[in-house]
Amino acid sequence: MAAEDRRVPVLDSAGPAAPPRKNGELVFEALWQGRLFGLTMALHEAGRFEWEEFRQRLIAEIADWERRQAGRDAGWDYYECWLRAFSSLVAAKGLCPADLIETRVRELAARPPGHDH
Amino acid sequence: MADRHQHDHDPAEENALRAEALESLLVEKGLVKPEAIDAIIRRFEEDMGPMNGAKAVARAWIDSAFRARLLADPSSALGELGLPRFSGVPIVIVPDAAGVHNVVVCTLCSCYPSDLLGLPPSWYKSPPYRARMVREPRKVLAEMGLDLEDEVEVRVWDSSAELRYMVLPERPAGTEGSTEEELAALVTRDSMIGVARPRGPHEVRGGG
Repeated sequence: MAAEDRRVPVLDSAGPAAPPRKNGELVFEALWQGRLFGLTMALHEAGRFEWEEFRQRLIAEIADWERRQAGRDAGWDYYECWLRAFSSLVAAKGLCPADLIETRVRELAARPPGHDH
Repeated sequence: MADRHQHDHDPAEENALRAEALESLLVEKGLVKPEAIDAIIRRFEEDMGPMNGAKAVARAWIDSAFRARLLADPSSALGELGLPRFSGVPIVIVPDAAGVHNVVVCTLCSCYPSDLLGLPPSWYKSPPYRARMVREPRKVLAEMGLDLEDEVEVRVWDSSAELRYMVLPERPAGTEGSTEEELAALVTRDSMIGVARPRGPHEVRGGG
């Protein structure tokens, strides 16, 4: 269950240093975006939520971001909206309570430097 | 936020940690398997991509009966080519013609014909593209390098969870002698979204 075990080789092709993809553009800009995308799809395919439930949350997060940013033009991160939508969905579905997520984030952040790269 | 550990994380790092936390928790609970996540990422990166859409477009260019089937019943026409359909979402193919240019957007989020084009590029998901393509398509297209004559009608298609769109661009001039495979190489992702024309026959070899 060590974190590095889950960094499977195939993901190297999605990292910042990866060659362009078939369509000339990287599919994901960062490793975590691909993992999050795959995680969302996997949980959906496992029958844990309807896609529309997620989509509505994603739409709301994007609209919320746009309201907060009105007039400004910095820091757009589509997958950050995705992350918020997914976190709130799994919490609402009782699959993963928010406080558990916060605890785990703090644990992961407390790892020695270099561990998570 | 005040009481942080010795090294502060920037927002990107924070997001990465949060995504990792979610994955580890959901895996520990037995709700998902890491291998399933790997397989999905591979599927989206390798099996689904613009090469699928390009195959359909090239066939439609050389075979008018197929073209008619593709427009009338996209799912079964795509099935004829053995193209994988991963989502059950119906797709509509919108054909360009003399005087008509089609372009696809998703104003609310990022709905996109992933089976045929892979995952959407970052600009497709960006707030300006989503907001402006509906309001001032001609101007946005010009900014993206596609100038359309005034008399060309621009049709903007707003994707949704229930319906996806893909553009069937016009066959480039000078490709009368091209094989189906050569034609497919001219069909770019952007031309099937409608923000560019397909490549010309001389833009392929040696191009980068």
